Amino acid sequence: MTATRNDKRGEVAVRLEKPSGAVANPARSRLLAGFLWGIAGVVSIALLWEGYKFFGPDNGVLIGELRVLPRTTDLAMPHLWDMMVRLAEPVTRADGALPLWAVVALAALLTLGIAAAGWAVGVVVGVGFALLMQRWRLAEFGLLPWIVISQTVPLIAFAPVVKSWGSRVEIGSFEWQDWMSVALIASYLAFFPITVGALKGLQSPDRIHVELFETYASGYWSTLKKLRFPAAVPYLLPALRLGAANAVIGAVVAEVSTGLQGGIGRLLIQFAGQASGDPEKAWGPIFGAIILGLVAAGSVALLGIILKDYRRTEEAA
Amino acid sequence: MLPQGQFAGYFAAADQGFFEEEGLDVEIIPSGGDIVPQDALANGDVDYAVAWVPKVLGSIEQGANLTNIAQIFQTSGTLQVSWADSGIDSVADFEGKKIGSWGFGNEWEIFAAMAAEGLDSSTVQIITQDFNMNAFLQGDIDAAQAMTYNEYAQLLESTDPDTGELYQPEDFNVISYEDTVGAMLQDAIWADTERLDSDEDYQDTTVAFLKAVVKGWIYSAENPESAAEGTVAAGSGWGPSHELWMVNETNKLIWPADNGIGVIDEAAWDRTVEGAISAVNETGASPITEAPPAAAWSNDWIMKALEELEADGVDTTGADFSPIDVTLLEGGN
Repeated sequence: MTATRNDKRGEVAVRLEKPSGAVANPARSRLLAGFLWGIAGVVSIALLWEGYKFFGPDNGVLIGELRVLPRTTDLAMPHLWDMMVRLAEPVTRADGALPLWAVVALAALLTLGIAAAGWAVGVVVGVGFALLMQRWRLAEFGLLPWIVISQTVPLIAFAPVVKSWGSRVEIGSFEWQDWMSVALIASYLAFFPITVGALKGLQSPDRIHVELFETYASGYWSTLKKLRFPAAVPYLLPALRLGAANAVIGAVVAEVSTGLQGGIGRLLIQFAGQASGDPEKAWGPIFGAIILGLVAAGSVALLGIILKDYRRTEEAA
Repeated sequence: MLPQGQFAGYFAAADQGFFEEEGLDVEIIPSGGDIVPQDALANGDVDYAVAWVPKVLGSIEQGANLTNIAQIFQTSGTLQVSWADSGIDSVADFEGKKIGSWGFGNEWEIFAAMAAEGLDSSTVQIITQDFNMNAFLQGDIDAAQAMTYNEYAQLLESTDPDTGELYQPEDFNVISYEDTVGAMLQDAIWADTERLDSDEDYQDTTVAFLKAVVKGWIYSAENPESAAEGTVAAGSGWGPSHELWMVNETNKLIWPADNGIGVIDEAAWDRTVEGAISAVNETGASPITEAPPAAAWSNDWIMKALEELEADGVDTTGADFSPIDVTLLEGGN
C-alpha cells in the first residue's frame, strides 16, 4: 500500500479527466435507488403490519401459553391510518393544545439536543482517553480494563447517583440542571465505543509509516496530525456512529430513569399510560423516537462526507 | 412528584403563591423512574418528600431516619377492578385468579388484604401490570389494581369494542381496599427526623411549608377546575377531563378531614403497620418485619400549622366540601 496522499492525488486526477455530467449521473441514480429502497422498506413494513392485522387471529398466535405474535385488536395494533390521523389531531382537548406530531417533534428535539451534548462530551472524553493510551502504553494497561468495566454498571443504579450528585453541584452562578444529568449518562454510554475506535485508529498506521516519520525527525504532534489522525478516520467514523446511537438510547433511557420532563422518553411513558383509552396516541412518541435515531445517525453520516478524503476503506470497524 | 392531579395541592400552592406567602422558595422535583422520593430525602437531595406510608416504612426499617409530618390522604385510593360477570366480589374470591399488581412497593395492600383472608401469593397468580389497563381489557388479568383517581378513570375513558361506546361503571366489579383490613395510608409528607429534632430553621420551614401545602389543598378542593388546569400546564400530558377527574377523586381522599387535614390518625397508622408486617408478596418479601420507631410519625408540626391557619380563620377540616361530578371523555380528553 502506498501513502494516502498518492492515492488521493490519483483519484482527483481521474475525476478531472471525466466529463462532469458522467460523474453526476451515477451519483444521482445511486441516490435515487437508495431513496426508492428506503420507501420500499417502509411500505413493506406497513403492508406486513396491516396484513397481519387483517389475517392474524384476534388473540394473536400462541404456542402453548406463550404468545409469539401479538394480538391484532385495535387496542394492541391500531390501524396505521388511525395513527396518522391521530398525529394530526391536538394532543388533548385543552385550549391551545398543539397537534400530537408537534408535541412529539418538540420532545424529540429536546432529547436530540441532550443526546448531542452527551455525544460531544463523549467524543472529547473518548478521543482524550485514546490519545492518552496511545501515547503511554502504561496508561493503556491501566485504563482500558476500567473503561470496559465502566460499561457494566447498570443504568438503573447509575442514574439516581448522577442525579443526586448533580443536585449538589453549584459553582458560582452555575447550577447543575436536570438535563445535564441525562446528558452525562448519555455521554457515559457514548464515550466507550469512541475510545475503543479512536485507540484502534491511532494505533493503526503501519510501522514503516511511523518509522518514516521518525526518520524525518517529525515530533509527536506533527506525527499525530499528519499520520495518526488521518489513519484513524476509517476507525473513528463507525465508532462515532455507534457513539451517536448509544447517546440517543442513553438519553431516552436516562430521561425515564431520572424522571426528566419534556423529552421523548418521558412522553413514551406518559402516552403509554393513556393507551387504553387512546391507543393511537401511544404510537406517536414511538415514531418520534425512530425519526430521532435516524436523524442522529444521519448527522454522523454527514461528518463522514466531510471527512471522505480520509475514508480509504470501509471494511474497518 | 409528577405534575398530575394526585399532587394538585402542591402545584396549586406553587401556582397561587402560597409558598411565597410563607416566605418559602419551593422547587418541585419530578420523581418517577428510578428516582425514589424518600431516598432523595434520606440522601439530603430534597428537604421534604411525598410518598406512600408502607414504602417509607420499608426505607425506615433499612435505616432511613424519616418522619411522617402530615398524612394528606386520609383514606386509601386503591381498587381491585374485575369484570361485572367475573364473580370476584371480595378479596376472598381472588383465590385461583390472575391478580394484577404494580410491584415497586405499590402492591402491599393487595397482599395484606389477602393475608387477612388466609390467602397468599401462591394461591393466586400475580401478574405485573404496566402503565395502562390493556392487560385487563384483553383478559390477561382477572382483577387489576387501579387507583380511583387514575387507572379506574382510564377504564371509563376506553371504548368497549362490543358496543363502540365507553365502558360504564356497571361493567365492572370494584373492590376498594379502604373497605378491607388491608387498607394502608398513602400520600404523606415526610421530613428528615434528625433535622426536625435539632435544626431550628428546618422546624420553622416545616411549619411554613405545611401551611402552604394545606392552603394549596384547600384551593384544590374549592377550585378543582383551576387546580386541574395547573397540573395540565405543568405538563401532566393528560386531557382536561381525566385531569379534572383526578383532582376530584384526590380531593375525596383528603376531604372532609374531621381531625383537620394532614393529622395522622393513630388507628389508621397502626393498621398500616400491621398490614405491612403481614403482607408477603410473590417474591416472599415483606415491606417491614417489625413496628417502626415512634419517631416515624409526629402530629406536632401539622397541629402547629393548622393552629396558625385556624387563627387566621381558615377552615382546615373541609366541613363544606362536596365533590363535583366529572364526565370522562374518550382517552381522557
